[in-house]
Amino acid sequence: MSKSKSEYLINRHDNQYEVVIGLEVHAQVTSESKLFSTSATKFGAEPNTQVSLVDAAFPGMLPVINEYCVKQAIKTGIGLKAKINKRSVFDRKNYFYADLPQGYQISQFKDPIVGEGKVILDMPDGQKEVGIERLHLEQDAGKSIHDLDPKNTFVDLNRSGVALMEIVSKPDLRSPDEVNAYIKKLRSIMRYLGTCDGNMQEGSLRADVNVSVRKKGSKEFGTRCEIKNVNSIKFMQMAIEYEANRQVDLIEDGQTIDQETRLFDTKKNETRSMRSKEDAHDYRYFPDPDLLPLEVSDDFIENLKSEIPELPDEKKKRFIEKFKLSPYEANILVSDIETSNYFENVIKKSDVKLATNWIIGELFAALNEKNLEITESPISAGNLSKLINLIKDGTISGKIAKTVFEQMMEGDKDPKKIVEEKGLKQESDPKALEALIDKVIDDNRDKATEYKSGKVKLFGFFVGQVMKVSGGKANPQLVNEILKKKL
Amino acid sequence: MSDITKQSLSELVENIKGKKLSSSEVTKAFVERSEKSKELNAYITEDYANALNKAKTFDEKPNLDLKLPGIPMAVKDLFCTKDLRTTAGSKILNNFVPTYESTVTQNIWNEGAILMGKLNCDEFAMGSSNETSFFGNVQNPIDKNLVPGGSSGGSSSAVAAQLTPITIGTDTGGSIRQPASFTGTVGLKPTYGSCSRYGIVAFASSLDQAGPMAQNVKDCALLHEVISTYDEKDSTSIDFKRNDYSKELTKDIKGKKIGIPKEYRVDSMPKEIEDLWKKGIEYAKDCGAEIIDISLPHTNYALPTYYIVAPAEASSNLARYDGVKYGFRAEGENLIDMYEKTRSEGFGAEVQRRIMIGTYVLSSGYYDAYYLKAQKVRKLIKNDFDDAYKKVDAILTPSTPSSAFKIGEKTNDPVSMYLNDIFTVPVNLAGLPGISIPAGHDAKGYPLGLQIIGKAFDEQNILNIAYAMEEKINFKNNITDWWIK
Repeated sequence: MSKSKSEYLINRHDNQYEVVIGLEVHAQVTSESKLFSTSATKFGAEPNTQVSLVDAAFPGMLPVINEYCVKQAIKTGIGLKAKINKRSVFDRKNYFYADLPQGYQISQFKDPIVGEGKVILDMPDGQKEVGIERLHLEQDAGKSIHDLDPKNTFVDLNRSGVALMEIVSKPDLRSPDEVNAYIKKLRSIMRYLGTCDGNMQEGSLRADVNVSVRKKGSKEFGTRCEIKNVNSIKFMQMAIEYEANRQVDLIEDGQTIDQETRLFDTKKNETRSMRSKEDAHDYRYFPDPDLLPLEVSDDFIENLKSEIPELPDEKKKRFIEKFKLSPYEANILVSDIETSNYFENVIKKSDVKLATNWIIGELFAALNEKNLEITESPISAGNLSKLINLIKDGTISGKIAKTVFEQMMEGDKDPKKIVEEKGLKQESDPKALEALIDKVIDDNRDKATEYKSGKVKLFGFFVGQVMKVSGGKANPQLVNEILKKKL
Repeated sequence: MSDITKQSLSELVENIKGKKLSSSEVTKAFVERSEKSKELNAYITEDYANALNKAKTFDEKPNLDLKLPGIPMAVKDLFCTKDLRTTAGSKILNNFVPTYESTVTQNIWNEGAILMGKLNCDEFAMGSSNETSFFGNVQNPIDKNLVPGGSSGGSSSAVAAQLTPITIGTDTGGSIRQPASFTGTVGLKPTYGSCSRYGIVAFASSLDQAGPMAQNVKDCALLHEVISTYDEKDSTSIDFKRNDYSKELTKDIKGKKIGIPKEYRVDSMPKEIEDLWKKGIEYAKDCGAEIIDISLPHTNYALPTYYIVAPAEASSNLARYDGVKYGFRAEGENLIDMYEKTRSEGFGAEVQRRIMIGTYVLSSGYYDAYYLKAQKVRKLIKNDFDDAYKKVDAILTPSTPSSAFKIGEKTNDPVSMYLNDIFTVPVNLAGLPGISIPAGHDAKGYPLGLQIIGKAFDEQNILNIAYAMEEKINFKNNITDWWIK
């Protein structure tokens, strides 16, 4: 395997293979109630406590569309810079399974609510655009639980009927790293919009991964395999790596690739065949006669547009232009809405440059160490900006500030109080500093003489001594100036 | 008062409101007659004790402002009724007791009516003779071993035999109008979207519509007024201005333009049907209507179109009966085996036939040739009606191509059975209202019906025409109570 720049290629003998990846992401719509019923959607509820007669498909029960979910899907479409279809149609996807009470899933097949769009990825060697094919609304199925009883399968219908957005990318992704960046970007956009919480542990974001390989330079796509229902970025990357290599091995061996659906075994780190194209379900899609085509007006869409917050790409642009951040810094700060909110709160009352460094540096490191999210930060944005102001106005040095910061991490204390209580205020009074410096020079007469005779390296020794004697509180800039004069 | 069960709904309402009859007296009379009529097999589930109790409760504090004050009524077993078994005529729902009430039946109870029981019907409303019911054939009170029509066969039999003063059925391709025609009663299939489908066991969602069945047009209008409401729980329910159909009922139809579609003169039509139609035209003229010849050119394609669309939707609608959640379950080796056994044993032959047809026409590779083509033809059929209604206010046709046939006569010939719906099916495909009224008898003395088809939402108009013609026709049903020993 070789990587020139960020190009991801698989080498076998004299051949180089490119990997082509497309994703079908299933994102759970953030909504109090389900797509076609009023049942609650809380995660982790007792099994079968969030199930209505509609969700359990009782005779004569009918679906009624949840307008809020429609709005969420359209907002997501706007966030993906996509075409919003004013008319879309709900279809039935027919198949039998114990956790699919209706015997069909209500989905959108021919006429999805959102059409083509795009997502911009920031890769190490520049930006990359990934095309979005479509976004459609559909119902989730329930959950079959096979491991609670040796003979029986249990079914939990809490998830049955929960609204999902299926976001289908074009086959534009070329490496596991790009997949990582794509999922993170998608997640970020949806979290900015409040349309999906992106929680992969809870299954709010899952993906089917389509993988094919082709010789580098080829314009034709190879035969693809679909890896079903992968629920973490790491597993997606591992699955792609395994699957791409498996396909290359087959081709190198003179064999052909069967178009099929595969499963990723996370324990064995391999994909294996689930069903071939011949065994593929015939889902007998047809428009759901219980639901009229979904029609939305221009006004409806315009109103939603006015509710769209500033999204990561725009925010990044603004941070760079307005605050003179580097693209690297801006990327980090906008990657997630909570971080960017925190940042913007800090800089309301303090220096941008210092704030950027302190957040990306000290704060992130400290949070990482404690395994905390920015929303759980022990230091509020207000107190961090106070700390930065203390540095900026010379009340404390950067070094002292780190001590104060550590104490703030133990509990959100006002940095001013910490400085006062512990007497950490920086000594910036020239007279006091002169006295200190005189004493240090007196105590080190021999070294002072050596310095004067040309051993200039000793200047650092004197700075260190002054700082030590002052308990780190001496203003380093002033110490420098005075020392130069005195020596 | 002796012959309570011979009274029409309007008479009963008047007598209860006038305190000449109590709900208990009325309910008792219909319960007693129902009990003596078991040979008709009109009921699947009887709820007489509860009905009598409810009547007693009503009489203790009668609310006489209601439209159906203390009126007992049995309903087709396709309507889900809270705490009372609802089977859809199928083994697969043999043990199913809903915890909820359909909107249509709730509307009826809200107006003071009392549930007596659930009436027999073809399994999942799939049939034209009530012979596909898991609960057995229903006898037509007109004659022994005669089918009452279907799928609302229990309903038509019960109204004709006066086991219930009125009832409701459902009509997907003629299931109200054809049985009404076979039993000498009145049946209205309302505009699609007029009556909520919430809580009605679904057959074909884009065609199903509940409607009233009664002994006369006035009763039919009153019941329709009660059951037709906009319902947010049904996304295909339509919010339009509904009339007080019974209050606004009038026999003055002078100048109404009534269309006679030439395509309904089918080759195999018996002469007596042709004669009935001619008589109908004369009656309409007598009422002051103007008769206009019209054309509905795609009529021939209606039946094949219907037998693609309806089974397609049914194949999907019936997927939920899988033995997992409720209803009948046959044990199996594994999930697939359980599905296969449950559905093979739980569904009857006709339902299985339609599920297979429906599955086939939706299959990849056949979808375009069948389902999609059928949808396009359906649109053409609707366009035919739209064009016709530029010239006329309503359309007059026979209700069925024959009178009632014998039990067993057509069970082995599904196509001949399907042909029974030839005049009713186009109305469902176009989503229009249609009413069947009794208009005469054939040589054997069996009733024959005429169908009046209206514009969408124009139930009032066809009720008025039916009301005016009913008076001229002056139909009398020959019912001898042969089944009562």
